[in-house]
Amino acid sequence: MALFGFGRKEKEQERLQEGLEKTRSSFFGKISRAVAGKDTVDDAVLDDLEEALVTSDVGVKTTVEIIRHIEERVAQDKYVSTSELNGLIREEIADLLLGTTDERPADFDAPLPNKPHVIMVVGVNGVGKTTSIGKIAHRYKEAGKKVLLGAGDTFRAAATEQLEIWSQRAGVEIIKQYQGADPAAVAFDTLAAAKTRDADVVLIDTAGRLHNQIGLMEELAKVKRVMDRQVPGAPHEVLLVLDASTGQNAIRQAEAFTEHVDVTGLVLTKLDGTAKGGIVIGISNEFRIPVKYIGVGEGMADLQVFDRAAFVHALFD
Amino acid sequence: MFESLSDKLDAALKNVKGEGRINELNIAETMREVRRALLDADVNYQVARDFTNKVKERALEDKVLTAVAPGQQFVKLIYDELVFLLGDVHVELNKSKRLPNVILIAGLQGSGKTTFTGKLATLLKGKGRNPLLAAADVYRPAAVDQLKTLADQVGVPVYTITGDDGTPAKDAVRVAREAVAEARKTGRDTVIIDTAGRLHVDEAMMAEVVAIKEAVEPDEILFVVDAMTGQDAVNTAKAFNDQLDIDGVVLTKLDGDTRGGAALSIRSVVEKPIKFASTGEKLDALTEFFPDRMAQRILGMGDIVSFVEKAQEQFDEEEALKLQSKLQKQTFDLEDFYTQLQRIKKMGSMKDLLGMIPGVGKAVKDLDVRDDAFKHIEAIIQSMTPEERQNPKIINGSRRQRIARGAGLKVQDVNQLLKQFREMKKMMKTMTKLSGKGRNVDLGGLMGLGGR
Repeated sequence: MALFGFGRKEKEQERLQEGLEKTRSSFFGKISRAVAGKDTVDDAVLDDLEEALVTSDVGVKTTVEIIRHIEERVAQDKYVSTSELNGLIREEIADLLLGTTDERPADFDAPLPNKPHVIMVVGVNGVGKTTSIGKIAHRYKEAGKKVLLGAGDTFRAAATEQLEIWSQRAGVEIIKQYQGADPAAVAFDTLAAAKTRDADVVLIDTAGRLHNQIGLMEELAKVKRVMDRQVPGAPHEVLLVLDASTGQNAIRQAEAFTEHVDVTGLVLTKLDGTAKGGIVIGISNEFRIPVKYIGVGEGMADLQVFDRAAFVHALFD
Repeated sequence: MFESLSDKLDAALKNVKGEGRINELNIAETMREVRRALLDADVNYQVARDFTNKVKERALEDKVLTAVAPGQQFVKLIYDELVFLLGDVHVELNKSKRLPNVILIAGLQGSGKTTFTGKLATLLKGKGRNPLLAAADVYRPAAVDQLKTLADQVGVPVYTITGDDGTPAKDAVRVAREAVAEARKTGRDTVIIDTAGRLHVDEAMMAEVVAIKEAVEPDEILFVVDAMTGQDAVNTAKAFNDQLDIDGVVLTKLDGDTRGGAALSIRSVVEKPIKFASTGEKLDALTEFFPDRMAQRILGMGDIVSFVEKAQEQFDEEEALKLQSKLQKQTFDLEDFYTQLQRIKKMGSMKDLLGMIPGVGKAVKDLDVRDDAFKHIEAIIQSMTPEERQNPKIINGSRRQRIARGAGLKVQDVNQLLKQFREMKKMMKTMTKLSGKGRNVDLGGLMGLGGR
């Protein structure tokens, strides 16, 4: 793996390692303990595997699926050793996680297919939308791209101020109105400004909303529709931000947001805690959405491109 | 696609309900389903396992096996266990004679601490207390502004310290300590300290909140947790409790399809009471937590007690009597109707209200119940003259047309409202005769409206 080739990547890998330290000890630690010193996969091991997966928020459905696959493979091959089982689980999980495409590259250096390339960021309350936007803006800026932010969270008290502080930190421009302003108008104005200011990337913040608030979800769909009138095809990406500590409710979030605004990618935040985020495995698989970024802290640099291989590699390293 | 916990338990219990008796075999199957339902609701793995084992044991040991109605007994058993697991009784906020009372709010990032602080201030103010808020989240950009905005809405002061550069001074302990002194000086009886969100594994930040605790010796330390939290809920709650010895838990974002399994887990792992449930973004969307009601809700038994209480908050005795006499004398007019609508709106979101009525909760789960359901009715009534409101009978064709234009609606809409109003009056007449007196009348009217 060429992960350790460059200083930046190396540092990222370290952060990811740190971030996943807890995940590993709680999740895969259990699995390796479960199979340690055992030559065959017996029911007790599968039970432990079930516990490890469920307690990592993978969810009953996906857990059952993974276990079923493993049971099938074991039945076929008759004999599975510890290391083989480890590899098997690794494969299973990697297979369930979707990769990104050139249309919506995750790499900040990659050429963008649109100008401006418009990214709308959505999610329920408190998952870290605004913080993620600040970090993504910083990374695009570093990659030499001209970034413009749209302060579309006109609802929450001081949300615009929060994004404004991030824009100053990242050194990018921001289009804002006042609290209570029409978020669709903010998005529309931001895109108009993006054209005149020759921006490469536009990030549109939106107010957090619970996915079962139909009126608010419709409002979000309207914000999305309006953008297309200013920049045909916009937004080119809709990122759903998920809190790694969220449980099975995240599936409903993915379901509702996909239905209303057609989510194209996931951002998994707060992976620096007793991080699990196992829920993204099932979501990525079920809704065919790749995980694009992960958040591993509150600093500007604490956002990484989600690398499926590196993720799994780090989990098992 | 995804069933709620109560739906799942319903399905699981069909096994038992259908058969006349419970035996080792069908109970094992059912308990597996119950366990899965609990896990799908984010109940902690171990807690779910303990719960199902306990219920199974009791079901087999007790007379449930041979009881007359084993299905119902089984539901009762699960209900009792749920109530027990949720803490059995409602626990109030700690109060002390020392003034000001100090309440410390702590939790992870994004759990809803600042919003809860605003809601708690609203609640306490409503109970006649005069809180001061302390803005001790000195890290998150604009967190202080957010608290200030909320405080303005509530009408309570905020204590902050601004540094030389105009941004908040980065000393949360100092903010907390000085806020308490300020409250003492200005005669405020309560200080609510809003702290920064922190990860339980962040040693420096955890040390900070411990330092705040030591500096101000709070009467109440509340741990705020997002009801949508998964398996990790027990880890974070345990870590915060180990460090802070919390007094209570606040469950936020408990609206809609949040299944709230975290509530079960946290209560049983840290053994500290859940004191509040927060359900929405409006400042009055905070309720005290009652284990039995929560268990009823989980099992789909509705929450009629909360419903009645909410109604009582809005309808005082005197008003109720006035309304009752109007109903009895048949002088209830559109003016009164309009007033009642405003009251119901104040009770909270329609969906939340409907969800509290037994049997209705499940039916409205997937329905899109809009809070602006009354908008058209209001527009129509507002377009009427006082005379028309008091005596709808005089509303003839040309008046209907004028009203429809005024409301921006069709004549048919006006016709429909008038027809419904007539029917409602008829129904009220019947109900008044039936129930005689008391609050029944009042609620009857309410239900009639809710069911529109």
